[in-house]
Amino acid sequence: MSIKKISKEQPENFEFNSKNMEVVKKIIQNYPEGKQQSAVMALLFLAQRQNNNWIPLIAIKYIARFLEMPYIKVYEVATFYSMYNLSPVGEYFIQVCTTTPCMIRGAYKLVEACKEKISKNENELSNDNKCSWMEVECLGACANAPMIQINDDYFEDLDKEKTIKIIDQILNGEKPKPGSYRGRKNSEPELSRKTLLENKNAQRPR
Amino acid sequence: MLKDQDRIFKNLYNDLGEDVSSAQKRGDWIDTKEICHKGREWIINEIKTSELRGRGGAGFPTGLKWSFTPKEVGTKPHYLVINADESEPGTCKDRDILRFEPHKLIEGCLLTSYAVNAHKCYIYIRGEYFNEGQKLQKAIDEAYEKNLIGKNSSGTNWDFDIYIHYGAGAYICGEETALLESLEGKKGLPRLKPPFPALIGLYGCPTIINNVETIAVVPTILRKGAKWFASIGKPKNTGTKIFCISGNVNNPCNVEEEMGIPLKKLIETHAGGVTGGWENLQAVIPGGSSMPLLPRNTCETITMDFDSLIKEKSGLGTAGIVVINKDQDIIKCIARIARFYKHESCGQCTPCREGSGWMWRMLERMAKGEASREEVDMLMDVTKQIEGHTICAFGEGSAWPVQGLLKHFKKQIEKRNNFDPLIRTNKNIPYLVDQHLLDKENA
Repeated sequence: MSIKKISKEQPENFEFNSKNMEVVKKIIQNYPEGKQQSAVMALLFLAQRQNNNWIPLIAIKYIARFLEMPYIKVYEVATFYSMYNLSPVGEYFIQVCTTTPCMIRGAYKLVEACKEKISKNENELSNDNKCSWMEVECLGACANAPMIQINDDYFEDLDKEKTIKIIDQILNGEKPKPGSYRGRKNSEPELSRKTLLENKNAQRPR
Repeated sequence: MLKDQDRIFKNLYNDLGEDVSSAQKRGDWIDTKEICHKGREWIINEIKTSELRGRGGAGFPTGLKWSFTPKEVGTKPHYLVINADESEPGTCKDRDILRFEPHKLIEGCLLTSYAVNAHKCYIYIRGEYFNEGQKLQKAIDEAYEKNLIGKNSSGTNWDFDIYIHYGAGAYICGEETALLESLEGKKGLPRLKPPFPALIGLYGCPTIINNVETIAVVPTILRKGAKWFASIGKPKNTGTKIFCISGNVNNPCNVEEEMGIPLKKLIETHAGGVTGGWENLQAVIPGGSSMPLLPRNTCETITMDFDSLIKEKSGLGTAGIVVINKDQDIIKCIARIARFYKHESCGQCTPCREGSGWMWRMLERMAKGEASREEVDMLMDVTKQIEGHTICAFGEGSAWPVQGLLKHFKKQIEKRNNFDPLIRTNKNIPYLVDQHLLDKENA
């Protein structure tokens, strides 16, 4: 279970914009009639997207009314799942995986980089309010460890210098390229590939 | 080594493109209609003969699971749910299937749905895999466009719809009943079994839940035949499996290999060997973080299949191999895994909620050498109190890695945590609380 801090400053209003409203209607149709409650996770996610990557309490109330659910049920869901941010995070939200497979390949060096570049503690905004970072549990890219996730994108095969470079790029408003930073293709064995060599672009083992 | 022609996931590294036309070139979707026309019984029997076991961790025979659904659809519709909530540390195979072989999964969904009488399929993807989900959605849209799925999908007279449901960062939702709760829009708290989901599952309807990899191999099995699949690997542990090799190896990777391949061969052939050489190996976690680790001498001979690993009191799990060499502090590694379980416990059952945090705190102290000698045995006791006393298998998942550590590295822990809180030599300190224990005359 994750510990959630609920922001003290809350906006007064929340409503889905017209574009999201259409998406919402489509999502609700994915589930059988009368089971619209199933859409709650997707709706919370959309609300988070619309509101600068965090969910205010008013949005939880709004979604509860929208799906005809008790407020507490939506609140429960919003606090149970770790990906819902209930207080503001940076525009660029950096998540560093530090679970064992990443840890033994040096994930805490990446944490150091974040501490130096963004903020001393996790979940604190950087000086220009653009970035925040946190340690998270396994992000499921263990063969490409250590790695970080920035918003939706995975940055893989990193070390401290590369992480600093990526963060610098973000702070300067550039968009770094997601994927492997050691130039390998997805999750193939880097120098010792022995399988599927007939396929296009396959590397011969050295 | 498995021959390339026997590999199921030919696009594992995305050499060939993941779109529908490239997938069709690789043989997906070519005779879906003909396979379906052979009938439900035939499909289920073929999967039974192939001895395919679930790839999500438990290794339950897939054909058997499917045969638990009611033969005829009653008042309630049937559902198929795909578990793509891959969060087990060390495991990253489903991600590559979602990204690069989505059509294998979608075709597998259609064939499975046909076999278990389901018209609707939900794919539950973990929230972090947003991009992978988008790629899968694109593939689903392509399939709808070509009428491979949808109304009268692939000309089979079977109406079939697929929907993606994103999770939001809860490991426990990989447990099948917690996944159903989450899909129903609730907190992911596992349900008591029985009733099993095959009879009472999503919205109280019969539901089949399978892992991504399990479903993605189904079309190839039905096409190439159960005998082909059963001829690979070992009896009762048949077929191919994607192994994820991470940690202290020279070239960490995902690779598809036959079941029952020796662990040493797997690491040396595909992952470029252990960092610092095989001699530098300390331990291997063979099947994702919840499986007990194997010490080096076991790693020499062990083969990677369900039954051999169970004999070694470990398990194949999801085949996420985490290699730990001697440069790492093994106690710290397991302490970090314990922290993972502390973070991810859903909090429903007391032994797991309290015990997972307790184990983590003890292990952290043990890593620093601040624990007392008695605590080492106490830690074992705590794991035994969790194991088997919880609703779902998370309890075992959190206790087993710690038990594995205690089984193989107890000496190391004791050496580091050797202080005794009781002072056994007479220090003659007048105010010492335990003085009476020392004074033999008073005893």
